[in-house]
Amino acid sequence: MNALRKIFYWFDDRLPISHFWNAHLSGYYVPKNLNLWYFFGSLALTVFVIQIVSGIWLTMNYKPSAADAFASVEYIMRDVEWGWLIRYMHSTGASAFFIVIYLHMLRGMMYGSYKKPRELIWIFGMLIYVVLMAEAFMGYLLPWGQMSYWGAQVIISLFGAIPFIGPDLALWIRGDYVVGDATLNRFFALHVIALPLVLLFLIGGHIMALHEVGSNNPDGVEIKEHKDAQGRPLDGIPFHPYYTVKDIVGVTVFLFFFAIVVFYLPEMGGYFLEKPNFVPANPMQTPEHIAPVWYFTPFYAILRAVPDKFLGVVAMGAAIFILFLLPWLDRNPVKSIRYRSTTFKALLGMFVVSFMALGWLGMKPATPTLTLLAQFFTILYFGYFAALWWISKNEKTKAVPERVTR
Amino acid sequence: MKRFGWIVAALVFPAAVMAEGGHGMRLEKADIDIADTASLQRGAQLFVDNCLSCHSAKYMRYNRIGQDLGWTDEEVKQRLIKGEAKVGEIMVSAMPADYAKTAFNGAVPPDLSLTARSRGADWLYTYLRSFYVDPARPTGANNLLFKDVSMPNVFWREQGMVMPVTHEVVHEGGAKEIVVDGLRLEQPGTLKPEEFDAMIRDLVGFMVYMGEPAQLKRLALGPWVLGFLALFFVIAYLLKKEYWRDVK
Repeated sequence: MNALRKIFYWFDDRLPISHFWNAHLSGYYVPKNLNLWYFFGSLALTVFVIQIVSGIWLTMNYKPSAADAFASVEYIMRDVEWGWLIRYMHSTGASAFFIVIYLHMLRGMMYGSYKKPRELIWIFGMLIYVVLMAEAFMGYLLPWGQMSYWGAQVIISLFGAIPFIGPDLALWIRGDYVVGDATLNRFFALHVIALPLVLLFLIGGHIMALHEVGSNNPDGVEIKEHKDAQGRPLDGIPFHPYYTVKDIVGVTVFLFFFAIVVFYLPEMGGYFLEKPNFVPANPMQTPEHIAPVWYFTPFYAILRAVPDKFLGVVAMGAAIFILFLLPWLDRNPVKSIRYRSTTFKALLGMFVVSFMALGWLGMKPATPTLTLLAQFFTILYFGYFAALWWISKNEKTKAVPERVTR
Repeated sequence: MKRFGWIVAALVFPAAVMAEGGHGMRLEKADIDIADTASLQRGAQLFVDNCLSCHSAKYMRYNRIGQDLGWTDEEVKQRLIKGEAKVGEIMVSAMPADYAKTAFNGAVPPDLSLTARSRGADWLYTYLRSFYVDPARPTGANNLLFKDVSMPNVFWREQGMVMPVTHEVVHEGGAKEIVVDGLRLEQPGTLKPEEFDAMIRDLVGFMVYMGEPAQLKRLALGPWVLGFLALFFVIAYLLKKEYWRDVK
């Protein structure tokens, strides 16, 4: 024991091990009143690890070439020991990542977690979300099925709608005149190393920025404003062990649902793995209905709602970009939805309904009625931000307590 | 809490209620049982006897069928392999692709390894039971679900002679069109209709298995993983409760 201790101190004198442990775990104080919504941060990290680990193993047998990609995925599914499990963990993980991230973002919007002093955490989070979308999009091409191929063809062609540089830009992204071997190869490179590295740095930034100012909570009060004689927040508890043991419970529940999908519903009725993607990519045959995977469909619906292709691309980009501005669009200093006006609650409800409605519409073929509906919900989507800016200035809010409630 | 559950349900649930694809025709329920090994064995036999002469299943190995459905390599060789193939080899068609191309008017019979996954079991079940006599087609058969398909009605002996029930529609300008309303069994085959349906169900069951052979293992392993997680939840929850006792 003594020898082990000596070895530890030898390292600790040369590396800030105990300093890091203290600053970020045992001495990092978190509000004691965090509720269910606060599980999604640690769950997102869990899914990230699942994706990295399962991804490494998939890479060992996957072949990034137009000629072999599809067959190599089937090889993983059939001939590689436990390959099916690794593949389903990865494909389920992709959808799970977005479910968790969307709920995590909604948590931030409900409790005003993007507000001062946490604007930068929100910005880091949004950057993670944007890179995650690119990561998912590029990963989706790799199985080289019909939907992989035509989905990529459609999305890359959107860049072609940009005036002047568009066609050359689309060509530059594809590396060919159509989606082909060159596209698959570069998407593979970006998917397995470039974007995961970027994600890792951004997640680091997100957590560092969080630990600098501390977690928000469902009451939206700053626990650092009330400290005891030792300078510890009265309403705070150390992250470790309290939240480590709590997050283990959350992760277990999450894994239970995750395993239900992996073992019983890996295709999730065609939403997580789309049926046309079990047909190898065929550049000569366009599928009758091309729809992106469910997590992109809200933005796809906005794109199609606008009659002009370029303006549609602009609207789609704006739908994502406007989220970056949320900390400054919401001018009300009251953070939590608990103490905000009924108008705010109604607006947020409207936003959630619009987002889900757009998600549904983005999966359907664009009939005139559905396009009209998509236009309606697009207006509501953007309307949330305009109305929020308008009402938050002189909003009638309830009294925010000094200390957290339970 | 309630609102939280509602939102999670709303995000996850639509995934469970996806409609089957088809061209306006209602698909009939295949109602296969992937745990029925005897049915899968019959399906495997039907598949190699009837489908493999023109189609291939190039992602499937013969001996994998044996391992999963309880046949020794020797039995696999006897029952399933017609030519010179070894048991560890993939199931390729006996028909060369360029011959197939001329035989079927330019359409090469597609590989069937994953058809059950791309089309769905109900589609296959409906399709194989929707052939009817149509002298206008080169094969003498047409299909109600897949109009003008190049494939002949392979099971006509078993099913019997099926005729279309039609009516004539006169369009504006006098153009006439014959619309098929449904199918009628004109002359019974070697099997009774319910025996024929059961046979097609065996075949579709095998094709579903072939689409993802690992599903047998997957479904068998599921309860153990979920059971472990449920047990671990109890331990994790009690641990959390113990630690949080002193949080006021």
